[in-house]
Amino acid sequence: MLQAAQTTAKQEPEDPGVVQELLTFTLGAEEYAIDILKVQEIRGYDAVTTIANAPSFIKGVINLRGTIVPIVDLRIKFSVGVAEYTPFTVVIILNIAGRVVGMVVDAVSDVIALKPEQIRPAPDFASSVDTAYIMGLGALGERMLIVVDIERLMLSSEMALVDDAAA
Amino acid sequence: MAIDMSQFYQVFFEEAAEHLASMEALLLAIDPGAPDPEDVNALFRAAHSIKGSSGTFGFQDMMEVTHILETMLDRVRKGEAPLTDEMVDASLVAGDVLKNLLAAHRGEDEADRAAAEAICHRLEGLCRALDGPRKTEPHASVVVPLPNPQPEAPLSPAGFDLLFALTGDVGGERDVLADLLAELGRIGTVDVLEAPTSGDRHCHLRIVTDANADVLMGVLDFVADAASLRIEPLVTAEGGEEEAYGFFDDLPEGRAGAGEWRSSDDAYGFFEPLSSSVADKVTTEEAYGFFDEQEVADLLARQQVAEPYGFFTELPAPEVEAPAQLTQETAYGLFEPLPAVVEVALPAPVEVQVTEEAPTAAAAAPAARKSSARTAGVGDSGSIRVSVEKVDQMINLVGELVITQAMLTQAAVNVDPVICERLINGLAQLERNTRDLQESVMSIRMMPISVVFSRFPRVVRDLSHKLGKQVELKTIGESTEMDKSLVERITDPLTHLVRNSLDHGLETPEKRRAAGKSETGTITLSAYHQSGNIVIEVGDDGAGLNRARILAKARERGMSVSDSMSDQDVWQLIMEPGFSTADQVTEVSGRGVGMDVVKKNISAMGGRIELDSMAGIGTRITVRLPLTLAILDGMSVGVGPETYIIPLSYVMESMQPERGMMKSVSGVERLIQVRGEYLPVVCLHEVFRIPGAITDWSKGIMVVLEADGQSAALFIDQLIGQHQVVIKSLEANYRRVQGIAGATIMGDGRVALILDVPMLVGMARRVMPAAA
Repeated sequence: MLQAAQTTAKQEPEDPGVVQELLTFTLGAEEYAIDILKVQEIRGYDAVTTIANAPSFIKGVINLRGTIVPIVDLRIKFSVGVAEYTPFTVVIILNIAGRVVGMVVDAVSDVIALKPEQIRPAPDFASSVDTAYIMGLGALGERMLIVVDIERLMLSSEMALVDDAAA
Repeated sequence: MAIDMSQFYQVFFEEAAEHLASMEALLLAIDPGAPDPEDVNALFRAAHSIKGSSGTFGFQDMMEVTHILETMLDRVRKGEAPLTDEMVDASLVAGDVLKNLLAAHRGEDEADRAAAEAICHRLEGLCRALDGPRKTEPHASVVVPLPNPQPEAPLSPAGFDLLFALTGDVGGERDVLADLLAELGRIGTVDVLEAPTSGDRHCHLRIVTDANADVLMGVLDFVADAASLRIEPLVTAEGGEEEAYGFFDDLPEGRAGAGEWRSSDDAYGFFEPLSSSVADKVTTEEAYGFFDEQEVADLLARQQVAEPYGFFTELPAPEVEAPAQLTQETAYGLFEPLPAVVEVALPAPVEVQVTEEAPTAAAAAPAARKSSARTAGVGDSGSIRVSVEKVDQMINLVGELVITQAMLTQAAVNVDPVICERLINGLAQLERNTRDLQESVMSIRMMPISVVFSRFPRVVRDLSHKLGKQVELKTIGESTEMDKSLVERITDPLTHLVRNSLDHGLETPEKRRAAGKSETGTITLSAYHQSGNIVIEVGDDGAGLNRARILAKARERGMSVSDSMSDQDVWQLIMEPGFSTADQVTEVSGRGVGMDVVKKNISAMGGRIELDSMAGIGTRITVRLPLTLAILDGMSVGVGPETYIIPLSYVMESMQPERGMMKSVSGVERLIQVRGEYLPVVCLHEVFRIPGAITDWSKGIMVVLEADGQSAALFIDQLIGQHQVVIKSLEANYRRVQGIAGATIMGDGRVALILDVPMLVGMARRVMPAAA
């Protein structure tokens, strides 16, 4: 896969700007990818403080070096996999529009580079996640990556992470 | 000018604003009948500095206004004209105009050209009026017999040696120097003795001019490094006179200093009849050299104290001989016009003078030093400007450190104290150090309340003029410190309270006389700390609140009131929205918008407001605020697996309810009887849908809360403890949550949520009918 990324880079060395670097992670059996520039850090899952009357996918808030950061479990939000918390459960801390948000995923795979033509538009289909937040489907050999517009998703009113006024 | 001046604008704006503020303070403090010469000088210097720098930066409009203002003040300063009320008024207005112009240059406001022109005319008129009767030197006859330590003609073009380093942030030194030379060339003849090179920024210029050091300072301020700047008068011009008093050789500024001292210090009433025209001139024309060298001022201060009384021991050793002689001479010289009296009366009155004057002189010396510091450099060398964000970041980091330290201490509980004695000792020391660090970091944000109080003399002055009342403003406890953010937010409510006191509280002079009070009313502003709170009081000795009228007005507005209400409850009525008992709406107040807003603002800061009043004696409004917004006294409570923080200021009491205390309404137990009162019950586990919480009334705890004058009982599982918690925003990364005011980090590093008590209490009222 890394090789694939390198070969694509070699084929078009004159225009590396369009190659998008993505962080891939798994939720259950599915592979997702998000823009790596939105990722602040990756850490283990810690005890959270639950917030009253919050939707079930919002696990609560944690203390990230003095900042109060809400934690979202994408497995619950996307209804994939089993929402269990083991020492290997990973939280990806995102920095989106000046806000810090953590999301729980099953595992982080790696960082890949995709050219625009490798990202196919997603067909409209019914799923627990609105296709509006799916930028496309990345084809990488046999694997299919679901490329998520994480910023749009996290700031959406559906996620209930921001006040309606701000959203 | 070739260099881009805009990079210095910010410095200019801040300096000019400071000068304007100090000018206003001085103008308000000054007594036109007997102005303190030091104050007049300070006024002049402030005006002069603004003129100098606004000219340098090309703010022509500001320069014009200050120029005329300066001309007028200069007259007063030189004693050519007496200071009048009219002048003080005009100067205050000029200050306002300058503030407006300054704001306009900052791009914050529209410049009011008409006002600027009007004030120019007004000041010019005042200046012209002074041209008529000029004072002649009144004390000339007294001067003659004096062994005069002053040169007879000190005003021939003198010169200065200018030693300074160009500031580091100026690119292309050559250009700056060229500009500077051009600027100085307008003032006098300049020689470059030592030009700066790329490696060495130091520069030595010699200027022959009749301008004073202050003018030069104004020019150099922006290009020279303040710390390195030295302006030294050329000694040669004055050599002849000095030889007679060898003592002064070491102190080129000595004579100017002596003159300044004498004329500026009223306490030396002793000297007053002898203040010579020459001394006067020296004071006004040359006084500035004196301010450059603090040590000189210091030494002179001591010498002056010593001179008439002979405290020679205080003088530095090598100089003892010379001043001793000089003093003898001077002392006799002083008394020469009255030799008979001197012979007889000298010992006794001098004794008295010593005891009286010594402290005054001691007090005056720091004052002189202070003004020298103000004149000599850019701002106060003892402080630095730091952005609030940096301080806040530091406070956050220290907060983190405190939490980390608490975690370490907790982790060390299980360690064997015998084996790990050093570790435990180290942890104890760490704890002390972190506490100290936290305290000192928090104190950075603290500001004295004088920042707020200082604006009130002006408010009171303007308003009392407008209302035709005589008011004296007293301020107590100005050095009381409070958090900067509170200082900013308390200003408006306080201003409102003071205006209210002035307008409604204090009576007109006629009424006061009729009531047997002095015609001048008093408004007292005081601030002090009390049990972790800061208390600010606004008091007046006016008519007091009119109970009957408030009650009548309340009935008129359809409020439910009774004559048996306690005074406290009646006074609270005036904080209802739209409530006003003023007979007529004036420009100042009476619209009934105000006290409710004041109350709202103060409660938003976590504070309380109380009123005390007595008919005919006065009214006192007490505002209690937490010391800081960043830290809160909280009670931690447990509900199921969760921990919440209740701000302690809302907690009235807590108790374990007994079966009999719970009362039901339509089959649902929703009321608790506490001391004869029925309070609605809010179950936290229901509101927040917390599983696993105690539901049996008799096993949990009821916390009685009061917010916005309403009470409710909050049902929780257990009380955990009381902490000071640092408030963190939940909304920074998340949205607003109903019933939650914020979050904090506990000692174990976990997040605990802070309850929004007013909301929960309000919820009890709303939920009630639904449940019933």
